[in-house]
Amino acid sequence: MPYETDYTNQGFSKVGTRVNRPDGVDKVTGRAKYGADANAAGQLVGRILRSPHAHALITKIDTSKAEKLPGVKAVLTGKDFPDLTGGDRGMMNILENCMARGRALYDGHAVAAVAAIDADTANEALKLIKVTYKQLPHVTDVDEAMKPSAPIIHDWVRTTGVTPAPTTASNVAQRTEFGHGDIDAGFAQADVIIEKSFKTEQTHQGYIEPHACLATLGPDGSGELWVTTQGHFTFRNVCASLLGLDVAKLRVTASEIGGGFGGKTHVWTEPVALQLSRRANRPVKLVMSRDEVFKATGPTSSTSVDVKIGAKRNGKITAASAELRYQSGAFPGMWAMLGAMTSFACYDLKNVKSVGFDVLVNRPKVAAYRAPSAPMAAFAVESVVDMVAAELGMDAVEFRIKNAAKKGTKASYGPVYGPIGIGPTLEAVKNHPHMKRKLGKNQGRGVACGFWFNFGGQTCTDLNIGVDGSVNLTVGTVDVGGSRASLALIAAEELGIDYEQVRVTIGDTNSLGHNDTTEGSRGTFSSGMAAIFAARDAVEVLKQRAAATWGIPVEQVVWEAGEARAKGKQNNNLPPLSLKEIAAKSPRTGGPIAGHNEVVADGAGVSFASHMCDVEVDPETGATKILRYTVVQDAGKAIHPDYVEGQFQGGAAQGIGWALNEEYVYGDDGRLQNAGFLDYRIPVCSDLPFIDTQILEIPNPNHPYGVRGVGETSIVPPLAAIGNAVSNAVGVRMDHVPMSPPRILKAIEAAQG
Amino acid sequence: MQVQLSGILSQAAGGARCVDCAGATIGELLQALLLKYPEMQSHLDDGIAVAINGEIYRDRRDQPIPANADVFLLPRIQGG
Repeated sequence: MPYETDYTNQGFSKVGTRVNRPDGVDKVTGRAKYGADANAAGQLVGRILRSPHAHALITKIDTSKAEKLPGVKAVLTGKDFPDLTGGDRGMMNILENCMARGRALYDGHAVAAVAAIDADTANEALKLIKVTYKQLPHVTDVDEAMKPSAPIIHDWVRTTGVTPAPTTASNVAQRTEFGHGDIDAGFAQADVIIEKSFKTEQTHQGYIEPHACLATLGPDGSGELWVTTQGHFTFRNVCASLLGLDVAKLRVTASEIGGGFGGKTHVWTEPVALQLSRRANRPVKLVMSRDEVFKATGPTSSTSVDVKIGAKRNGKITAASAELRYQSGAFPGMWAMLGAMTSFACYDLKNVKSVGFDVLVNRPKVAAYRAPSAPMAAFAVESVVDMVAAELGMDAVEFRIKNAAKKGTKASYGPVYGPIGIGPTLEAVKNHPHMKRKLGKNQGRGVACGFWFNFGGQTCTDLNIGVDGSVNLTVGTVDVGGSRASLALIAAEELGIDYEQVRVTIGDTNSLGHNDTTEGSRGTFSSGMAAIFAARDAVEVLKQRAAATWGIPVEQVVWEAGEARAKGKQNNNLPPLSLKEIAAKSPRTGGPIAGHNEVVADGAGVSFASHMCDVEVDPETGATKILRYTVVQDAGKAIHPDYVEGQFQGGAAQGIGWALNEEYVYGDDGRLQNAGFLDYRIPVCSDLPFIDTQILEIPNPNHPYGVRGVGETSIVPPLAAIGNAVSNAVGVRMDHVPMSPPRILKAIEAAQG
Repeated sequence: MQVQLSGILSQAAGGARCVDCAGATIGELLQALLLKYPEMQSHLDDGIAVAINGEIYRDRRDQPIPANADVFLLPRIQGG
């Protein structure tokens, strides 16, 4: 490691201030260029034909009429994507999801693609493609898919994680187990045991910008891809691998991004657009419709979860267990495993066991969604935590505090925690004015905790100083949540210059070494770390130039408050040299001044949050109104507090929609019934109160500034916080998300007998 | 050292939740583990994260492992 990554508790003059965002004007004036905003001379329009069936053999595809239509320049089906994966099943799953190979696995699965001179011609060509299907039995429900009688999605899938290894196919792709201690002994010690089952429905990330790209790929294998993505380096590597290209010859540029939340960490249409371009030898622009986004890009899992928690009368949990069944769509995933790992992570438990089952169904391939899998597990666990507290006659917050994990706790997923923030977030909740608000009729309050891992990863950054002293910081992590402002603050802090002197650019894949995708709340954590080191690298150059100018050894030069200062009495006559002055002379003192860093930014530090929520439920309609919502979360160090609060609020807003309204509705025919924002209702401003926030700063010991990721954890508690609030409001335990008006009415009626 | 294995990783070690293995760094540890348990290869291909005294390392193979450290192997995870 070229630099020390440990937390140093340094003081800050720029970091922690609320400066204006650098991309604000471009975004409100329409100047910012998103995925669909790029154009190229001679570009074609790409369109994709999708299966109307949940599960079907594709017995024949006749593209001859489409190919003869004037204006059509390329037509592709599965056979136009040769298997170059070398036996890598994961890559083959990606390829097969991009274009069906003999079998349509879900409603909306791509079966053919065209590129034509305009949209009308492309749409007409799609109509001329004749696909002959033989429908197969389908299954879309996670519990149904686990039954022995369920139609098998893939005959090559054998359940991993069980002994002995099975020899027959199953829809259960993987069983995973985490935990420690002896849960039977733990439950035997309990005075109170609560056991309950829960379901959550499938939701989409709901980013406002649909997937879009402009692809250019020539016969020589050189190409360009402009795309809305959270990880253009990963997209480059995956597309190059699937299409047999040299990584270095495919240049991928990330557009501005209109939301991703995990859904833009995976390729969906991009390999198809590139292959269309290669076939037509012209640029191809491919923009998904909202209908396509819902049907064919990764939503999160629908789930079915059983939780059992036992506790002593003194409020100490003696044992906890969960079985989590997550569907992963038509391809294997790790989603139940993540649910199992996160389910009890907030608590200090001697006896704990969580078992996850990843299950295949005829739905789109599940993708990451902001702290993937954790919200559903938290809904189930935090609901039962409330039920146990109620049974014990304890305050639910005090019960959580009594059982909260702390430094030295063996996490339910294995490792021992370092310094963590779950206890402080709960103490903050306990003392928050929100908790003192008096509740009225039909109103209820709920509290819940949440956990997410966070991670760092490969990161590469350049910092270049212009001759006028302005600074360009080029990073390779896509700005999905305001990282450019935070990174500019960090560079300004290190160099001792004004924030406004720094411009941060997201470099394309040919301008930097590999950067991992912006996921796992890593953008500001890892590029921030690289920016610190790149700036310190540049400071060394600045000091050398100053030393050369003064004719003294560089060891006698220090960098303070944005200028080089000569140390020692013998140098008293040397006035400081500012960054601007050194930069102005740089052409004659050795050329450009730059800093660089590549780092594997491990040690991201886990993240915890506690949320509180007040609701009012109309007992006649079942409609829920969120009256007040407060997020308390540990940020390690908030580089730009506005953005940190924005992340907290955004996660809570998404969680509120998930908790109350959002739901994929499948018909008996296995087709998605509500693939649009009219029928799939995300929250709008009038649905939400002001979401209050409280930032805690418990430094991450593995980052020079103490930064932890903040982007994901805030979506983990809302399902449970709202579930607890609604349950308290109506006097009936809610066990099915979303808690839509019909579902609440049904629960009330069932309780009334 | 004692290396604890979580979830599906323990299956690759014949069901053992804890195995003896040597290595001064994460890279050396994983290499030794692979020699002992060849079935671990597919998990290494998918990615393994190593928790050392509670700190999770996903990529840094040169990370030193202190003596008597609490070492826990986890599957590599995805984020959003």
